[in-house]
Amino acid sequence: MDRFVFLTFDGLSKGAVLAAFALALVLIWRAARIVNFAQGAMAVAAAYAGYSVTTATGSYWLGFAAALLGGLLIGVVVERAVMRFVDHASPLSEVIVALGLVLVLQAVLGMVYGNEFLPAGTPFSRTALSVGDVPLLSRYDLFVFGAVLLVLVGLALLFTRTSVGLRMRASAFAPEVSRLLGVNVGGMLTLGWALASAVGALAALLVIPTELGLHPHAMDLVFVSAFTAAVVGGLDSPPGAVVGGLTVGLILSYVSGYLGSDVTPMAVLVLLLAVLLVRPGGLFSSTVARQA
Amino acid sequence: MTADDVILQVKGLTAEYGAAPVLQEVDLTVRAGTIAAVLGANGAGKTTLLRTLSGLVKPSGGEIVYSGQPLLGVPVEQLVRRGMAHVPEGRGVVAELTVDENLRLGGLWRRDRGDAAKALTEVYELFEPLAQRRRSAGHQLSGGERQMLALGRALVARPKLLLLDEPSLGLAPRVIAQIMALLRQLRDTTGLTVLLVEQNVRSALSVADEAVVMSLGRIVTATSADRLRDDEELRHAYLGF
Repeated sequence: MDRFVFLTFDGLSKGAVLAAFALALVLIWRAARIVNFAQGAMAVAAAYAGYSVTTATGSYWLGFAAALLGGLLIGVVVERAVMRFVDHASPLSEVIVALGLVLVLQAVLGMVYGNEFLPAGTPFSRTALSVGDVPLLSRYDLFVFGAVLLVLVGLALLFTRTSVGLRMRASAFAPEVSRLLGVNVGGMLTLGWALASAVGALAALLVIPTELGLHPHAMDLVFVSAFTAAVVGGLDSPPGAVVGGLTVGLILSYVSGYLGSDVTPMAVLVLLLAVLLVRPGGLFSSTVARQA
Repeated sequence: MTADDVILQVKGLTAEYGAAPVLQEVDLTVRAGTIAAVLGANGAGKTTLLRTLSGLVKPSGGEIVYSGQPLLGVPVEQLVRRGMAHVPEGRGVVAELTVDENLRLGGLWRRDRGDAAKALTEVYELFEPLAQRRRSAGHQLSGGERQMLALGRALVARPKLLLLDEPSLGLAPRVIAQIMALLRQLRDTTGLTVLLVEQNVRSALSVADEAVVMSLGRIVTATSADRLRDDEELRHAYLGF
Protein backbone atom coordinates (compact mmCIF):
# COMPACT_ATOMS: atom_id res chain seq x y z
CA MET A 1 0.00 0.00 0.00
CA ASP A 2 2.84 2.37 0.90
CA ARG A 3 4.34 1.77 -2.50
CA PHE A 4 1.04 2.50 -4.20
CA VAL A 5 0.67 5.80 -2.33
CA PHE A 6 4.24 6.78 -3.19
CA LEU A 7 3.74 5.93 -6.87
CA THR A 8 0.48 7.86 -6.92
CA PHE A 9 2.09 11.05 -5.64
CA ASP A 10 5.08 10.54 -7.93
CA GLY A 11 2.70 10.06 -10.86
CA LEU A 12 0.75 13.21 -10.03
CA SER A 13 4.00 15.18 -9.90
CA LYS A 14 5.09 13.86 -13.31
CA GLY A 15 1.54 14.32 -14.58
CA ALA A 16 1.49 17.99 -13.59
CA VAL A 17 4.47 18.68 -15.85
CA LEU A 18 2.97 16.62 -18.66
CA ALA A 19 -0.27 18.58 -18.21
CA ALA A 20 1.61 21.85 -18.66
CA PHE A 21 3.36 20.56 -21.76
CA ALA A 22 0.12 19.09 -23.15
CA LEU A 23 -1.51 22.46 -22.52
CA ALA A 24 1.15 24.10 -24.68
CA LEU A 25 0.27 21.70 -27.50
CA VAL A 26 -3.45 22.38 -27.02
CA LEU A 27 -2.92 26.14 -27.09
CA ILE A 28 -1.26 25.98 -30.49
CA TRP A 29 -3.76 23.45 -31.81
CA ARG A 30 -6.65 25.71 -30.81
CA ALA A 31 -4.99 28.80 -32.24
CA ALA A 32 -3.61 27.42 -35.49
CA ARG A 33 -4.87 23.85 -35.96
CA ILE A 34 -1.25 22.65 -35.95
CA VAL A 35 0.19 19.82 -33.86
CA ASN A 36 3.46 21.50 -33.01
CA PHE A 37 5.99 18.69 -33.22
CA ALA A 38 8.70 21.30 -32.60
CA GLN A 39 7.32 22.09 -29.13
CA GLY A 40 9.91 19.94 -27.36
CA ALA A 41 12.87 21.38 -29.23
CA MET A 42 11.58 24.93 -28.72
CA ALA A 43 11.22 24.26 -24.98
CA VAL A 44 14.74 22.87 -24.77
CA ALA A 45 16.10 25.94 -26.58
CA ALA A 46 14.41 28.16 -23.99
CA ALA A 47 15.82 25.98 -21.19
CA TYR A 48 19.33 26.42 -22.64
CA ALA A 49 18.79 30.20 -22.59
CA GLY A 50 17.91 29.88 -18.90
CA TYR A 51 20.97 27.69 -18.32
CA SER A 52 23.22 30.37 -19.88
CA VAL A 53 21.80 33.09 -17.65
CA THR A 54 21.99 30.93 -14.53
CA THR A 55 25.61 30.01 -15.34
CA ALA A 56 26.53 33.66 -15.93
CA THR A 57 24.75 35.11 -12.88
CA GLY A 58 24.64 32.20 -10.46
CA SER A 59 20.94 32.87 -9.91
CA TYR A 60 18.44 30.07 -10.59
CA TRP A 61 15.57 32.54 -10.64
CA LEU A 62 17.16 34.87 -13.19
CA GLY A 63 17.71 31.83 -15.40
CA PHE A 64 14.12 30.75 -14.77
CA ALA A 65 12.81 34.15 -15.88
CA ALA A 66 15.16 34.21 -18.88
CA ALA A 67 13.91 30.79 -20.00
CA LEU A 68 10.28 31.89 -19.83
CA LEU A 69 11.07 35.09 -21.71
CA GLY A 70 13.13 33.06 -24.19
CA GLY A 71 10.14 30.75 -24.63
CA LEU A 72 7.89 33.71 -25.44
CA LEU A 73 10.36 35.08 -27.97
CA ILE A 74 10.97 31.70 -29.61
CA GLY A 75 7.20 31.30 -30.02
CA VAL A 76 6.94 34.73 -31.67
CA VAL A 77 9.87 34.07 -34.01
CA VAL A 78 8.69 30.58 -35.01
CA GLU A 79 5.19 31.84 -35.81
CA ARG A 80 6.22 35.04 -37.56
CA ALA A 81 9.24 33.75 -39.44
CA VAL A 82 8.29 30.15 -40.19
CA MET A 83 4.75 28.92 -39.57
CA ARG A 84 3.01 31.96 -41.03
CA PHE A 85 4.49 31.12 -44.42
CA VAL A 86 3.58 27.44 -44.42
CA ASP A 87 0.90 26.30 -46.85
CA HIS A 88 -2.02 25.55 -44.51
CA ALA A 89 -4.00 23.75 -47.21
CA SER A 90 -2.13 20.55 -46.44
CA PRO A 91 -1.65 19.49 -42.78
CA LEU A 92 1.34 17.42 -43.91
CA SER A 93 3.33 20.51 -44.87
CA GLU A 94 2.93 21.91 -41.33
CA VAL A 95 4.09 18.62 -39.82
CA ILE A 96 7.11 18.45 -42.12
CA VAL A 97 8.10 22.06 -41.38
CA ALA A 98 7.76 21.44 -37.63
CA LEU A 99 9.90 18.32 -37.85
CA GLY A 100 12.46 20.26 -39.89
CA LEU A 101 12.48 22.89 -37.18
CA VAL A 102 13.21 20.17 -34.60
CA LEU A 103 16.27 19.05 -36.58
CA VAL A 104 17.54 22.62 -37.02
CA LEU A 105 17.06 23.58 -33.35
CA GLN A 106 18.63 20.39 -32.01
CA ALA A 107 21.59 20.70 -34.39
CA VAL A 108 22.18 24.34 -33.47
CA LEU A 109 21.90 23.63 -29.73
CA GLY A 110 24.32 20.72 -30.12
CA MET A 111 26.82 22.96 -31.94
CA VAL A 112 26.56 25.77 -29.38
CA TYR A 113 26.32 23.83 -26.12
CA GLY A 114 27.65 20.37 -27.08
CA ASN A 115 25.84 17.05 -26.96
CA GLU A 116 26.69 16.15 -23.37
CA PHE A 117 24.16 16.24 -20.57
CA LEU A 118 24.54 19.49 -18.63
CA PRO A 119 23.57 19.65 -14.96
CA ALA A 120 20.22 21.32 -14.29
CA GLY A 121 19.69 22.45 -10.73
CA THR A 122 16.50 22.82 -8.75
CA PRO A 123 15.55 25.69 -6.46
CA PHE A 124 14.23 23.34 -3.77
CA SER A 125 15.24 19.98 -2.33
CA ARG A 126 14.16 16.86 -4.18
CA THR A 127 14.26 14.76 -1.04
CA ALA A 128 10.78 13.44 -0.39
CA LEU A 129 9.01 14.52 2.77
CA SER A 130 7.60 11.53 4.63
CA VAL A 131 4.28 11.11 6.36
CA GLY A 132 4.79 8.28 8.83
CA ASP A 133 7.22 6.01 7.01
CA VAL A 134 5.81 6.78 3.56
CA PRO A 135 7.82 9.19 1.39
CA LEU A 136 5.33 11.38 -0.47
CA LEU A 137 6.34 14.65 -2.07
CA SER A 138 9.51 16.69 -2.07
CA ARG A 139 9.62 20.45 -1.77
CA TYR A 140 10.48 20.51 -5.45
CA ASP A 141 7.34 18.48 -6.24
CA LEU A 142 5.29 21.05 -4.35
CA PHE A 143 6.99 23.80 -6.36
CA VAL A 144 6.09 21.92 -9.57
CA PHE A 145 2.44 21.63 -8.50
CA GLY A 146 2.34 25.29 -7.53
CA ALA A 147 3.92 26.49 -10.78
CA VAL A 148 1.62 24.38 -12.95
CA LEU A 149 -1.43 25.38 -10.94
CA LEU A 150 -0.47 29.04 -11.28
CA VAL A 151 -0.18 28.67 -15.06
CA LEU A 152 -3.50 26.84 -15.30
CA VAL A 153 -5.33 29.45 -13.24
CA GLY A 154 -3.61 32.27 -15.12
CA LEU A 155 -4.54 30.85 -18.50
CA ALA A 156 -8.10 30.12 -17.38
CA LEU A 157 -8.48 33.72 -16.20
CA LEU A 158 -6.89 35.05 -19.38
CA PHE A 159 -9.25 33.10 -21.62
CA THR A 160 -12.46 33.55 -19.67
CA ARG A 161 -12.16 36.92 -17.98
CA THR A 162 -10.25 39.21 -20.35
CA SER A 163 -11.03 40.76 -23.71
CA VAL A 164 -7.68 39.50 -25.06
CA GLY A 165 -8.71 35.96 -24.12
CA LEU A 166 -12.07 36.42 -25.84
CA ARG A 167 -10.31 37.68 -28.96
CA MET A 168 -7.92 34.71 -28.86
CA ARG A 169 -10.74 32.19 -28.55
CA ALA A 170 -12.78 33.84 -31.29
CA SER A 171 -9.74 33.98 -33.59
CA ALA A 172 -9.10 30.28 -33.03
CA PHE A 173 -12.69 29.16 -33.61
CA ALA A 174 -13.75 31.57 -36.38
CA PRO A 175 -10.86 33.57 -37.85
CA GLU A 176 -12.78 35.08 -40.75
CA VAL A 177 -15.71 36.24 -38.64
CA SER A 178 -13.28 37.60 -36.06
CA ARG A 179 -11.54 39.70 -38.70
CA LEU A 180 -14.91 41.10 -39.75
CA LEU A 181 -15.47 42.07 -36.11
CA GLY A 182 -12.21 44.02 -35.96
CA VAL A 183 -10.03 41.40 -34.28
CA ASN A 184 -6.37 41.31 -35.28
CA VAL A 185 -6.33 37.57 -35.92
CA GLY A 186 -2.66 37.47 -36.93
CA GLY A 187 -1.68 39.18 -33.68
CA MET A 188 -3.76 36.75 -31.65
CA LEU A 189 -2.11 33.84 -33.43
CA THR A 190 1.34 35.18 -32.57
CA LEU A 191 0.26 35.68 -28.96
CA GLY A 192 -1.04 32.10 -28.86
CA TRP A 193 2.30 30.74 -30.10
CA ALA A 194 4.20 32.91 -27.64
CA LEU A 195 2.12 31.77 -24.67
CA ALA A 196 2.27 28.12 -25.70
CA SER A 197 6.01 28.31 -26.15
CA ALA A 198 6.45 29.92 -22.72
CA VAL A 199 4.30 27.24 -21.10
CA GLY A 200 6.36 24.59 -22.91
CA ALA A 201 9.53 26.25 -21.60
CA LEU A 202 8.16 26.13 -18.08
CA ALA A 203 7.42 22.42 -18.47
CA ALA A 204 10.99 21.86 -19.70
CA LEU A 205 12.42 23.80 -16.74
CA LEU A 206 10.38 21.67 -14.35
CA VAL A 207 11.02 18.26 -15.87
CA ILE A 208 14.65 18.43 -17.03
CA PRO A 209 16.16 18.47 -13.50
CA THR A 210 14.21 15.29 -12.70
CA GLU A 211 15.68 13.46 -15.73
CA LEU A 212 19.28 13.08 -16.82
CA GLY A 213 19.90 16.80 -17.35
CA LEU A 214 19.93 19.37 -20.13
CA HIS A 215 20.51 17.96 -23.61
CA PRO A 216 19.26 18.91 -27.11
CA HIS A 217 17.05 15.78 -27.04
CA ALA A 218 15.99 16.16 -23.40
CA MET A 219 12.31 16.67 -24.25
CA ASP A 220 11.90 14.00 -26.94
CA LEU A 221 10.31 11.36 -24.70
CA VAL A 222 8.46 13.98 -22.68
CA PHE A 223 6.96 15.22 -25.94
CA VAL A 224 5.63 11.74 -26.74
CA SER A 225 4.02 11.45 -23.30
CA ALA A 226 2.61 15.00 -23.43
CA PHE A 227 1.27 14.45 -26.95
CA THR A 228 -0.45 11.32 -25.65
CA ALA A 229 -1.86 13.35 -22.77
CA ALA A 230 -3.19 15.99 -25.16
CA VAL A 231 -4.80 13.34 -27.37
CA VAL A 232 -6.29 11.54 -24.35
CA GLY A 233 -7.86 14.79 -23.16
CA GLY A 234 -8.84 16.01 -26.60
CA LEU A 235 -6.59 18.37 -28.54
CA ASP A 236 -9.25 21.09 -28.35
CA SER A 237 -9.66 21.03 -24.59
CA PRO A 238 -7.42 22.75 -22.00
CA PRO A 239 -9.13 20.94 -19.08
CA GLY A 240 -8.68 17.75 -21.11
CA ALA A 241 -4.93 18.44 -21.33
CA VAL A 242 -4.77 18.66 -17.54
CA VAL A 243 -6.75 15.46 -16.97
CA GLY A 244 -4.82 13.73 -19.77
CA GLY A 245 -1.49 14.85 -18.29
CA LEU A 246 -2.33 13.60 -14.82
CA THR A 247 -3.68 10.31 -16.24
CA VAL A 248 -0.54 9.67 -18.29
CA GLY A 249 1.65 10.67 -15.35
CA LEU A 250 -0.09 8.16 -13.09
CA ILE A 251 0.07 5.37 -15.70
CA LEU A 252 3.79 6.03 -16.26
CA SER A 253 4.43 5.92 -12.54
CA TYR A 254 2.46 2.71 -11.91
CA VAL A 255 3.93 0.92 -14.94
CA SER A 256 7.44 2.04 -14.04
CA GLY A 257 6.94 1.11 -10.38
CA TYR A 258 5.34 -2.31 -10.86
CA LEU A 259 6.61 -3.48 -14.26
CA GLY A 260 9.89 -1.63 -14.67
CA SER A 261 10.93 1.59 -16.38
CA ASP A 262 11.81 -0.23 -19.64
CA VAL A 263 8.11 -0.83 -20.26
CA THR A 264 6.92 2.78 -19.81
CA PRO A 265 7.44 3.98 -23.41
CA MET A 266 5.38 1.01 -24.59
CA ALA A 267 2.66 1.79 -22.05
CA VAL A 268 2.37 5.34 -23.42
CA LEU A 269 2.07 4.07 -26.97
CA VAL A 270 -0.55 1.47 -25.98
CA LEU A 271 -2.58 4.20 -24.27
CA LEU A 272 -2.27 6.45 -27.33
CA LEU A 273 -3.37 3.62 -29.60
CA ALA A 274 -6.30 2.70 -27.36
CA VAL A 275 -7.60 6.28 -27.24
CA LEU A 276 -7.22 6.74 -31.00
CA LEU A 277 -9.15 3.52 -31.61
CA VAL A 278 -11.91 4.00 -29.05
CA ARG A 279 -12.38 7.76 -28.89
CA PRO A 280 -10.23 9.50 -31.49
CA GLY A 281 -11.46 12.97 -30.47
CA GLY A 282 -10.25 12.46 -26.91
CA LEU A 283 -12.21 12.38 -23.66
CA PHE A 284 -13.09 16.10 -23.66
CA SER A 285 -13.42 16.83 -27.37
CA SER A 286 -15.96 19.50 -28.32
CA THR A 287 -17.39 17.87 -31.42
CA VAL A 288 -20.92 19.18 -30.75
CA ALA A 289 -19.84 22.77 -31.05
CA ARG A 290 -17.68 22.07 -34.07
CA GLN A 291 -20.50 20.41 -35.96
CA ALA A 292 -23.02 23.12 -35.16
CA MET B 1 -28.92 62.27 -55.94
CA THR B 2 -26.04 64.30 -54.46
CA ALA B 3 -22.63 62.98 -53.47
CA ASP B 4 -23.61 63.37 -49.81
CA ASP B 5 -26.52 60.98 -50.29
CA VAL B 6 -24.27 58.20 -51.51
CA ILE B 7 -22.66 55.98 -48.87
CA LEU B 8 -21.27 53.32 -51.21
CA GLN B 9 -20.11 53.68 -54.79
CA VAL B 10 -18.75 50.71 -56.72
CA LYS B 11 -17.27 51.11 -60.20
CA GLY B 12 -16.09 48.39 -62.55
CA LEU B 13 -15.53 45.88 -59.76
CA THR B 14 -14.05 42.64 -61.07
CA ALA B 15 -12.99 39.51 -59.17
CA GLU B 16 -11.99 35.96 -59.98
CA TYR B 17 -11.77 32.63 -58.19
CA GLY B 18 -8.72 31.20 -59.90
CA ALA B 19 -9.33 31.66 -63.60
CA ALA B 20 -13.12 31.83 -63.27
CA PRO B 21 -14.57 35.35 -63.25
CA VAL B 22 -17.13 35.80 -60.45
CA LEU B 23 -17.66 39.55 -60.63
CA GLN B 24 -17.51 41.35 -63.95
CA GLU B 25 -17.46 45.14 -64.17
CA VAL B 26 -19.97 45.59 -61.37
CA ASP B 27 -21.27 49.13 -60.89
CA LEU B 28 -23.39 49.87 -57.85
CA THR B 29 -24.56 52.95 -55.99
CA VAL B 30 -26.16 52.76 -52.55
CA ARG B 31 -27.79 55.79 -50.97
CA ALA B 32 -27.40 56.41 -47.25
CA GLY B 33 -30.38 55.43 -45.11
CA THR B 34 -31.83 52.98 -47.62
CA ILE B 35 -32.14 49.25 -47.98
CA ALA B 36 -30.73 47.95 -51.25
CA ALA B 37 -31.51 44.37 -52.16
CA VAL B 38 -29.13 42.31 -54.28
CA LEU B 39 -31.09 39.53 -55.97
CA GLY B 40 -30.26 36.70 -58.29
CA ALA B 41 -29.96 32.96 -58.64
CA ASN B 42 -27.39 30.75 -56.99
CA GLY B 43 -23.93 31.47 -58.35
CA ALA B 44 -24.87 34.94 -59.58
CA GLY B 45 -22.06 36.51 -57.54
CA LYS B 46 -24.12 38.09 -54.75
CA THR B 47 -22.14 36.68 -51.84
CA THR B 48 -18.86 37.33 -53.64
CA LEU B 49 -19.92 40.95 -54.09
CA LEU B 50 -20.36 41.36 -50.32
CA ARG B 51 -17.12 39.49 -49.58
CA THR B 52 -15.27 41.74 -52.02
CA LEU B 53 -16.75 44.88 -50.48
CA SER B 54 -15.60 43.82 -47.03
CA GLY B 55 -12.12 42.86 -48.24
CA LEU B 56 -12.39 39.08 -47.81
CA VAL B 57 -12.00 38.62 -51.57
CA LYS B 58 -9.34 40.67 -53.34
CA PRO B 59 -10.71 42.27 -56.51
CA SER B 60 -8.68 42.26 -59.69
CA GLY B 61 -10.03 45.59 -60.85
CA GLY B 62 -12.39 48.45 -60.17
CA GLU B 63 -12.88 50.76 -57.25
CA ILE B 64 -14.96 50.97 -54.09
CA VAL B 65 -15.68 54.30 -52.45
CA TYR B 66 -17.30 54.22 -49.01
CA SER B 67 -18.34 57.43 -47.26
CA GLY B 68 -16.22 59.36 -49.75
CA GLN B 69 -13.06 57.33 -49.06
CA PRO B 70 -11.49 54.66 -51.27
CA LEU B 71 -11.79 51.26 -49.63
CA LEU B 72 -9.46 49.02 -51.59
CA GLY B 73 -6.37 48.06 -49.59
CA VAL B 74 -7.98 48.81 -46.25
CA PRO B 75 -7.47 45.74 -43.99
CA VAL B 76 -10.61 43.74 -43.21
CA GLU B 77 -10.13 44.39 -39.48
CA GLN B 78 -10.32 48.16 -40.05
CA LEU B 79 -13.65 48.24 -41.87
CA VAL B 80 -15.76 47.82 -38.75
CA ARG B 81 -13.97 50.87 -37.29
CA ARG B 82 -15.12 52.85 -40.34
CA GLY B 83 -18.73 51.88 -39.76
CA MET B 84 -19.13 48.89 -42.06
CA ALA B 85 -20.44 45.62 -40.61
CA HIS B 86 -20.73 42.35 -42.52
CA VAL B 87 -23.01 39.53 -41.38
CA PRO B 88 -21.84 36.62 -43.52
CA GLU B 89 -23.87 33.83 -45.05
CA GLY B 90 -24.54 31.09 -42.51
CA ARG B 91 -24.70 33.83 -39.86
CA GLY B 92 -21.14 33.56 -38.60
CA VAL B 93 -22.06 32.98 -34.98
CA VAL B 94 -19.04 31.63 -33.08
CA ALA B 95 -20.61 28.36 -31.96
CA GLU B 96 -18.21 27.77 -29.08
CA LEU B 97 -18.78 31.17 -27.46
CA THR B 98 -21.81 32.14 -25.40
CA VAL B 99 -24.42 34.63 -26.58
CA ASP B 100 -22.94 37.30 -24.32
CA GLU B 101 -19.39 36.63 -25.54
CA ASN B 102 -20.50 36.77 -29.17
CA LEU B 103 -22.19 40.10 -28.59
CA ARG B 104 -19.27 41.58 -26.62
CA LEU B 105 -16.96 40.51 -29.41
CA GLY B 106 -18.84 42.87 -31.71
CA GLY B 107 -17.83 45.88 -29.63
CA LEU B 108 -14.35 44.96 -28.39
CA TRP B 109 -12.63 47.27 -30.86
CA ARG B 110 -14.49 50.30 -29.53
CA ARG B 111 -12.60 52.74 -27.33
CA ASP B 112 -15.76 54.27 -25.91
CA ARG B 113 -16.44 51.48 -23.42
CA GLY B 114 -19.50 53.28 -22.04
CA ASP B 115 -21.21 53.48 -25.40
CA ALA B 116 -20.22 49.89 -26.22
CA ALA B 117 -21.95 48.76 -23.02
CA LYS B 118 -24.97 50.90 -23.88
CA ALA B 119 -25.13 49.40 -27.37
CA LEU B 120 -25.02 45.92 -25.82
CA THR B 121 -27.95 46.78 -23.55
CA GLU B 122 -29.90 48.13 -26.52
CA VAL B 123 -29.31 44.92 -28.45
CA TYR B 124 -30.61 42.86 -25.53
CA GLU B 125 -33.71 45.08 -25.44
CA LEU B 126 -34.17 44.68 -29.18
CA PHE B 127 -33.74 40.89 -29.10
CA GLU B 128 -35.40 39.71 -25.91
CA PRO B 129 -34.82 35.97 -26.55
CA LEU B 130 -31.08 36.64 -26.53
CA ALA B 131 -31.30 38.33 -23.13
CA GLN B 132 -32.85 35.15 -21.76
CA ARG B 133 -30.06 32.99 -23.20
CA ARG B 134 -26.98 35.06 -22.40
CA ARG B 135 -25.01 32.10 -21.10
CA SER B 136 -26.06 29.63 -23.80
CA ALA B 137 -23.40 28.61 -26.29
CA GLY B 138 -23.91 29.60 -29.92
CA HIS B 139 -24.43 26.00 -31.00
CA GLN B 140 -27.37 25.66 -28.60
CA LEU B 141 -29.43 28.35 -30.33
CA SER B 142 -32.19 27.89 -32.89
CA GLY B 143 -31.73 29.19 -36.43
CA GLY B 144 -33.79 32.30 -35.68
CA GLU B 145 -31.89 33.03 -32.48
CA ARG B 146 -28.61 32.66 -34.33
CA GLN B 147 -29.74 35.18 -36.92
CA MET B 148 -30.74 37.56 -34.14
CA LEU B 149 -27.33 37.04 -32.53
CA ALA B 150 -25.44 37.72 -35.75
CA LEU B 151 -27.51 40.84 -36.42
CA GLY B 152 -27.24 41.99 -32.81
CA ARG B 153 -23.49 41.51 -32.80
CA ALA B 154 -23.20 43.68 -35.90
CA LEU B 155 -25.39 46.36 -34.30
CA VAL B 156 -23.18 46.54 -31.18
CA ALA B 157 -20.62 48.18 -33.47
CA ARG B 158 -23.19 50.88 -34.37
CA PRO B 159 -22.54 50.53 -38.12
CA LYS B 160 -23.52 53.00 -40.79
CA LEU B 161 -23.60 50.33 -43.49
CA LEU B 162 -24.69 46.74 -42.87
CA LEU B 163 -23.80 44.06 -45.41
CA LEU B 164 -26.28 41.29 -44.77
CA ASP B 165 -25.95 37.96 -46.56
CA GLU B 166 -28.99 35.67 -46.85
CA PRO B 167 -30.57 36.40 -43.46
CA SER B 168 -33.63 34.29 -44.32
CA LEU B 169 -31.68 31.13 -45.08
CA GLY B 170 -33.33 28.15 -43.35
CA LEU B 171 -35.72 30.25 -41.28
CA ALA B 172 -39.50 29.97 -40.84
CA PRO B 173 -41.61 32.59 -42.71
CA ARG B 174 -42.70 34.18 -39.42
CA VAL B 175 -39.06 34.70 -38.34
CA ILE B 176 -38.14 36.05 -41.77
CA ALA B 177 -40.97 38.59 -41.52
CA GLN B 178 -39.71 39.68 -38.08
CA ILE B 179 -36.19 40.17 -39.40
CA MET B 180 -37.36 42.19 -42.39
CA ALA B 181 -39.53 44.34 -40.11
CA LEU B 182 -36.51 44.91 -37.88
CA LEU B 183 -34.40 46.06 -40.83
CA ARG B 184 -37.11 48.52 -41.80
CA GLN B 185 -37.29 49.76 -38.19
CA LEU B 186 -33.50 50.23 -38.01
CA ARG B 187 -33.46 52.11 -41.30
CA ASP B 188 -36.25 54.41 -40.16
CA THR B 189 -35.06 55.03 -36.60
CA THR B 190 -31.26 55.01 -36.89
CA GLY B 191 -30.68 55.80 -40.57
CA LEU B 192 -28.86 52.48 -41.04
CA THR B 193 -28.03 51.60 -44.63
CA VAL B 194 -28.42 47.94 -45.55
CA LEU B 195 -27.05 46.07 -48.54
CA LEU B 196 -29.17 42.95 -48.40
CA VAL B 197 -28.27 39.84 -50.37
CA GLU B 198 -31.28 37.54 -50.62
CA GLN B 199 -32.61 34.63 -52.57
CA ASN B 200 -36.02 35.10 -50.99
CA VAL B 201 -37.07 37.75 -53.49
CA ARG B 202 -40.52 38.48 -52.08
CA SER B 203 -39.18 39.09 -48.57
CA ALA B 204 -36.35 41.26 -49.82
CA LEU B 205 -38.61 43.36 -52.03
CA SER B 206 -41.08 43.79 -49.17
CA VAL B 207 -38.51 45.84 -47.29
CA ALA B 208 -36.05 47.21 -49.87
CA ASP B 209 -35.99 50.69 -51.38
CA GLU B 210 -33.70 49.77 -54.27
CA ALA B 211 -32.99 46.49 -55.98
CA VAL B 212 -30.29 45.17 -58.25
CA VAL B 213 -30.42 41.83 -60.03
CA MET B 214 -27.23 39.90 -60.67
CA SER B 215 -26.58 37.13 -63.15
CA LEU B 216 -23.27 35.40 -63.87
CA GLY B 217 -21.28 38.01 -61.98
CA ARG B 218 -22.87 41.03 -63.65
CA ILE B 219 -25.56 43.45 -62.58
CA VAL B 220 -28.28 43.07 -65.20
CA THR B 221 -30.69 45.63 -63.84
CA ALA B 222 -30.85 48.26 -61.11
CA THR B 223 -34.16 49.85 -60.29
CA SER B 224 -36.50 50.75 -57.44
CA ALA B 225 -37.78 47.84 -55.39
CA ASP B 226 -41.37 49.03 -55.91
CA ARG B 227 -40.96 48.88 -59.66
CA LEU B 228 -39.46 45.42 -59.61
CA ARG B 229 -42.20 44.19 -57.28
CA ASP B 230 -45.10 45.73 -59.26
CA ASP B 231 -43.93 45.39 -62.86
CA GLU B 232 -44.75 41.82 -63.76
CA GLU B 233 -42.99 41.99 -67.11
CA LEU B 234 -39.76 43.27 -65.55
CA ARG B 235 -39.95 40.75 -62.74
CA HIS B 236 -40.55 37.93 -65.17
CA ALA B 237 -37.66 39.04 -67.37
CA TYR B 238 -35.09 39.22 -64.58
CA LEU B 239 -36.36 37.01 -61.80
CA GLY B 240 -38.38 34.46 -63.73
CA PHE B 241 -41.71 34.68 -61.89
